[in-house]
Amino acid sequence: MKAEFRAIKTPAEQALSAAFAAARGKLPGGGAITALRDEAFHHFDAHGLPHRRIEEWKYTDLRALMREAKPLAEPATRTGVVTGLAGVEAGRVAIVNGRYEPGWSDLNASDAGVTLTELFAFAAEQKTYRLGDVPGKEDIAFWLNTAFMTGGVALRVKENARQPVHIAHVFAGNSAAAMYPRCVVIVEPGAQLTLVESFEGPVGLDYQVNSVLELVIGDGARVDHVKIGSDGEAALRLSTLGVTVGANSAYNDFAFTTGGGVVRNQTFVRFNGEGTGASIGGATLLRNRQHVDNTLVIEHAAGGCKSRERFRSVLDGQSRGIFQGKIIVNPHAQKTDAKMASHALLLSDEAEADNKPELEIFADDVQCGHGATAGALDSALKFYLMSRGIPEKQAEALLIQAFVGEAIEEITHDGIREAIMQSAINWLDARG
Amino acid sequence: MAFLEVKNLHVEVEGKKILNGLTLTVEKGQVAAIMGPNGSGKSTLAYVLAGKDNYKVTEGDVLLNGESVLEMAPDERAANGVFLAFQYPVEVPGVATMTFLRTALNAQRKRRGESEVSTPEFMKLVRDIASRLGISQEMLRRAVNVGFSGGEKKRNEILQMAVLQPQLAVLDETDSGLDIDALKIVADGVNCLRSPARSIVVITHYQRLLNYIVPDVVHVLAKGRVVKSGGKELALELEAKGYTQFQGEAA
Repeated sequence: MKAEFRAIKTPAEQALSAAFAAARGKLPGGGAITALRDEAFHHFDAHGLPHRRIEEWKYTDLRALMREAKPLAEPATRTGVVTGLAGVEAGRVAIVNGRYEPGWSDLNASDAGVTLTELFAFAAEQKTYRLGDVPGKEDIAFWLNTAFMTGGVALRVKENARQPVHIAHVFAGNSAAAMYPRCVVIVEPGAQLTLVESFEGPVGLDYQVNSVLELVIGDGARVDHVKIGSDGEAALRLSTLGVTVGANSAYNDFAFTTGGGVVRNQTFVRFNGEGTGASIGGATLLRNRQHVDNTLVIEHAAGGCKSRERFRSVLDGQSRGIFQGKIIVNPHAQKTDAKMASHALLLSDEAEADNKPELEIFADDVQCGHGATAGALDSALKFYLMSRGIPEKQAEALLIQAFVGEAIEEITHDGIREAIMQSAINWLDARG
Repeated sequence: MAFLEVKNLHVEVEGKKILNGLTLTVEKGQVAAIMGPNGSGKSTLAYVLAGKDNYKVTEGDVLLNGESVLEMAPDERAANGVFLAFQYPVEVPGVATMTFLRTALNAQRKRRGESEVSTPEFMKLVRDIASRLGISQEMLRRAVNVGFSGGEKKRNEILQMAVLQPQLAVLDETDSGLDIDALKIVADGVNCLRSPARSIVVITHYQRLLNYIVPDVVHVLAKGRVVKSGGKELALELEAKGYTQFQGEAA
């Protein structure tokens, strides 16, 4: 006999159940949204927080890492401005404490190609888009976001956006709280968008973010998405990105993470049409006890697409960097060309890198491969630099910068690339 | 006046004794050739002078201008005028050649209490030397040694040497892997740096390089010590008779 059983609920799980029961009637959105929330919470409740025996969450055991569930964040009581990227002109959309704050935003209304709508207004207005119907919707963190969605925006891009759009997630509270922002970005066929998404919050507060971005890329469209994680070092952030990509389009994604105590960037991509090229990459720089998990699930549902997955992490102190990448090639997705690589540079004996590449290939005419490395700085290179008069710390900084630079080079937008490179240099300078 | 003094140097690498009481003096302005068979300790001497770790000095000393360098880190030795042209220069992906050169030059100058070089001054300096060594602008734009042929890497070592203007240049088998044209270019580059204020140590297996870089003295190394010293004619003698005559002597 095989019995279904669940462990006793952790304090965090109990708090989430209590919070959902209390907030259910008060959370925004109408009846249809409430039904979505109920269904999602039901799924969550049946599974509980993911733990190490759940293969997809093997290295990020939330049952152990998320000791408590913080109360839902209140709306911001002040107005402020969002700091953009130095040298990058962008229309800013501020999501403060998990809600869209027009007062903090300056997305140029004259950019005719881009329409911005508050999330729940969008859900009520439109008829064709089914909220939450994206790759990754079967994930536990995604269910939790659906259950608690606090706010967000929907962007529709009809023609080429004139300048990048920057969705800035900010926590501006004075005590730790939880927020569940949801954003939807629909890039229509033939349109182009450069999208920056950033996360920031106070250094000392153990706030919690569970965000979802639904990204729909139409046929012949082009999207460059850069996600910057600069959370305070006590924060816990789970970010799910669900992407569907049409035919003959271009999709470039880059996740740059230096902040947060526990961070999981999970990216689910499905190639629905032929002839698309995608580059999905990231750079992670960690120190102290930071834990950052980049997890990818790339599904080639249509043939003839080329995807490149390239991640690099620099791990100092007792930090832990995780990369899990799964590439799935469906039976009819012939001529798929997918290559994945993950490299970790360990700067201390106590840092840890975990790499888990997986290929699930059901088609026979494909080119797929993966590679993963983890190691310390090359002492021969360091000696070469030092023998020319470069002091040890500076030699290390040059080599580390070169290592992450090879990943950052993938960012196509000049200004964003330079701003990210500068952030990496600042991280190295702070290392001393 | 002696610029480099190696006194009774004993060195172990991973528990294996390589240098056995090596004593050597190189005068200011002198070009000294160090010749010897494989395994005689030539490259070990080069690495010990530059300060590579895991080379354990068990006895003896190395003095530069009368001051011991054994406790100095490699970068400190470089700022004190030591330069090693590597036998196998490493590729440094992601570090641009110009950035590397400039960082090195300014780090040395800073340590010596000198001001940094200005960008135009630096660009002109590098361009002039590069053109003399047949190093193209395109090569300068690449990452250090990445995609360079063996000969290009050796020329790049000489370029670095000319930019950094050391007081002691140690060339570790710079002739290996060079064809005759590249050899002449490299030798010309070294000869340009001959000066009364600079000591040059040329480590080589073969006499050939010494036709182009004519040494003031030749030292023969065998089993970790200097077994014979003489004038440039000693190199010709070695070419004719080989090293076997010294193999027994040091034992």
